[in-house]
Amino acid sequence: MSTGTPMGGASESQARADELVEETTKPSRLRGLSYWWNHLPRTGQWGFLLIAVAAAFALPLVNIPLITTEPGNNWPLACAEMARYALVAIGLNVVVGQAGLLDLGYVGFFAVGAYVAALWTSPDSTLVHIPYLLTLPLAAMVTVVFGVLLGIPTLRLRGDYLAIVTLGFGEIIRLLATIIPALKGQVGFQNVGRPPGQDADGNDVFVNSAGAPWYWLTITVIIVIMIALGNLERSRVGRNWIALREDEDAAEIMGVPTFRFKLWAFGIGAALGGGAGAIAAGQIGFVNNQRFDVQMSIMFLVAVVLGGQGNKFGAIIGGALVAYIPLRFTAIAEYKYLIFGAVLVVLMIFRPQGLFGKRPHLLTFERRAHKRIANLSEAPSAPATKEAGQ
Amino acid sequence: MTDKLTPPSATPKPDAPPPLDSEVAQLAAPEREIAVEVGDKLVEIQNLTMRFGGLTALDDVSFDIKRGEILGLIGPNGAGKTTCFNAMTGVYRPTEGQVLLEGEAIGRRKQHKITRLGIARTFQNVRLFGEMTALENVVVGLDARHKVGVWGSLFRTPRLYREEKEAIDRGMALLEFVGIADKAMDQASALPYGYQRRLEIARALATDPKLLCLDEPAAGFNPAEKEELMELIRTIRDDGYTVLLIEHDMRLVMGVTDRIVVLEFGKKIADGLPKDIRNDPTVIAAYLGEED
Amino acid sequence: MDQWITLDWEALGANFWSATVDGLTFGGIYALVALGYTLVYGVLNLINFAHSEVFIVGAYAIVFTLTSLGFGPSVPNLAWYAIAANLLLAVVFGMLASAITAFIVERVAYKPLRDKGAPRLVFLISAIGMSFVIQYLIFVWRGPNPEPSVIMFENKAIFDIGGTLIYFDSILIVSAAILMMILVDQFIRRTKLGRGIRAVAQDPDTATLMGVNRERIIISTFIIGGLLAGVAALFYVMKVPSGVLYLGGFLLGVKAFTAAVLGGIGNVRGALLGGLLLGLIGNYGQILLGSAQWTDVVCFVVLIVVLMVRPEGILGSNLGKVRA
Repeated sequence: MSTGTPMGGASESQARADELVEETTKPSRLRGLSYWWNHLPRTGQWGFLLIAVAAAFALPLVNIPLITTEPGNNWPLACAEMARYALVAIGLNVVVGQAGLLDLGYVGFFAVGAYVAALWTSPDSTLVHIPYLLTLPLAAMVTVVFGVLLGIPTLRLRGDYLAIVTLGFGEIIRLLATIIPALKGQVGFQNVGRPPGQDADGNDVFVNSAGAPWYWLTITVIIVIMIALGNLERSRVGRNWIALREDEDAAEIMGVPTFRFKLWAFGIGAALGGGAGAIAAGQIGFVNNQRFDVQMSIMFLVAVVLGGQGNKFGAIIGGALVAYIPLRFTAIAEYKYLIFGAVLVVLMIFRPQGLFGKRPHLLTFERRAHKRIANLSEAPSAPATKEAGQ
Repeated sequence: MTDKLTPPSATPKPDAPPPLDSEVAQLAAPEREIAVEVGDKLVEIQNLTMRFGGLTALDDVSFDIKRGEILGLIGPNGAGKTTCFNAMTGVYRPTEGQVLLEGEAIGRRKQHKITRLGIARTFQNVRLFGEMTALENVVVGLDARHKVGVWGSLFRTPRLYREEKEAIDRGMALLEFVGIADKAMDQASALPYGYQRRLEIARALATDPKLLCLDEPAAGFNPAEKEELMELIRTIRDDGYTVLLIEHDMRLVMGVTDRIVVLEFGKKIADGLPKDIRNDPTVIAAYLGEED
Repeated sequence: MDQWITLDWEALGANFWSATVDGLTFGGIYALVALGYTLVYGVLNLINFAHSEVFIVGAYAIVFTLTSLGFGPSVPNLAWYAIAANLLLAVVFGMLASAITAFIVERVAYKPLRDKGAPRLVFLISAIGMSFVIQYLIFVWRGPNPEPSVIMFENKAIFDIGGTLIYFDSILIVSAAILMMILVDQFIRRTKLGRGIRAVAQDPDTATLMGVNRERIIISTFIIGGLLAGVAALFYVMKVPSGVLYLGGFLLGVKAFTAAVLGGIGNVRGALLGGLLLGLIGNYGQILLGSAQWTDVVCFVVLIVVLMVRPEGILGSNLGKVRA
């Protein structure tokens, strides 16, 4: 995901461009963290990203007092759950945050993904068995089909209708899991497959009770997805999503094929939800018709809204927090739905942009534009200045 | 980038947009082949009728827009001007009649397809993508001509890089063209009102239209700003665009247009040069008491 | 794969008339709740996601009232007029509870956002949050299980039409639903407040210019929706004595919303028609497919099909702006 540096600019005009970045971003953007980030040189940004990724990989190994979820909950397992929620939040963020489509049945895709993993790996299933890792892309593909089938009739509808139809979709998936005998209802599927690999002592690496390997698998997927989504964001796709979120009619009139881009957002979101479901199925090792309820869809929504709609880094934090809080503060775990429901209302009233309200960058060559602005103010139209300069 | 073209207006005002340098003029100029010659019919509106339930908003309206002209569409409130606009840009489906662009009916195409065919518009009440920067707004308009899709963006194909680079250059040129390039990186919703209006024009121009429709672009402007806007509209025309202008302000319309079509109660009541329209008794009767 | 859809036409044929009566009874309940969705939608152009909780709070109030009046799981040993008086008292409490809940929802989840001119999505999310909060307040207070059943009266068969018994509760619920619908319809058409509601629904800006107090209209609409939900709650407790639990509102709410869309959202008569129709469809579907769980699936499918084929509903939405 190279973003290209502006070509052949004198260092002076580069400096001026940097100044301008400062001037032009100041009034309209959030100051602080994102401001600091935007002013790091590329190498600095990459450096910090590397450190952040390294820290993320080390997370389940360091058991920091006060932060850890133990003794109530095993810390590596908690990390795995946080990563899973983060992945789901990233996917839902594409749908809700970027394209502005309120999806209240996201758990339906998650469930489909989980069932795909179970059906093709569990000994309880009569289908052909395939290696577990192959079920991740398979789950993504199957859920895309579901997403497109649901999207084609419903994405022309206005936002609130879409919300209720997707809510219905989530419920239908859950009910079908109960009704269809082949999906085994509450009995479910035991011993869902897992990735291969053994440690030095010959023990399996990926076991249900060990969170760390699953966590690493999940964040590896997350990193790949983040790079891919970053590419989409800084292109026509990301711009058109935000445009149709901001004003669908105006976007259509400006030449955005709104329906097509909504369908893409819906499909990509579905694929990520399905993938996360397949990972969950592998880690827990058991899939049945419980837990795929509306409450879970709403929790996913809370994750996106809390982190900041439209901001994929925010989605990671939001997802991790939604998983972390009930695991860490076991005393309030019982009230988590109540608390997160209230969080939704409070956020909407006081901070609808979420914790991280930074909008994404939508241009591949944004620095090139800064340079042009710098040139613009370097050579003002008054001829006197120009003569003095030469 | 040092040599400058003579600005299109004879006497630039001190706060008028800076004169364009050749690169900007070149980048902002329309790029497309247009089948009809300058002065020939670019758009034909034939017997356009719009009914909403029992209400007839447009009644058998016909007129042409010639390539390279600024056509004014005026009429008292509720005369059907915006309805006409909406029927031309695909927001409404005409009850009867049709709109031809370069001799081809735009038919029942989707709105974004009509935009790609070459009809762009601005909105009476500004409708920018408020969360985006000014430049990003313009680039959304440019995207109407871009070919790269989801796969190309995902894998960063050479075409994507070409299009993205071109988008920055052309987008910045368009912002310079309308005189707001200094605010290119500001959030659109934070721009001053006059800038927002100009940004809408730049965004519409970005789709590389054959016909640019401006819906009351001077609404809420003071006389000085109106003067600047007239200048800009003339520059746009001189650059090779065709303009359809809906406007309430008669002075502005008379000052800038080449030809005027007058609607009243959904019917066309006059069609002619500004000086003829000014003296047309039917038009005067229609506007009686609406003098501004 | 086993065959998982079996259409049992025989069962449907055998039970057709009783299924019809039962369906209409449920339909009457849906219709009363659907009115709340329709009214708020008409005025605000928003789906009130928390309306299902407005309804279930009323149901709790009715159960508590009746329990404290000595009603329980067995048929009460009282004269009919004593029962009627008790039920009247209960429904008044139910309506009050629902109306107050609706008022709180409006003040907390809608008013601050309206003042800020927030985008639609923000309203929807805050209403969902509000619905969640109420749902889980109930959960925390009452736990996951339904309230003990309350039997209101001995449900006797009144008519026997060709072997199909028609029970008292069906007659009561359907006729009450129709009566309420006529009342609301006349109220909207004839009273000053009703005219205000219509004016705001048609054109909020003009209505405000013409001196209609939009805030007052909005609050009134929420409260009227709440009062009707309270009435619906009484019939719900009557018909589904074991259905008063924290999730009960959600399950009924989605069906009521479907009913509103089916009839034409924003349309008062459409709510009744949609409710009765959905009641029938759901009940026939359940018998045809052989399990109560199918009712929900059938309702959702109906919703999706209606939105695809005729999003303005059967009678047409008053606002005509359903599609994007």
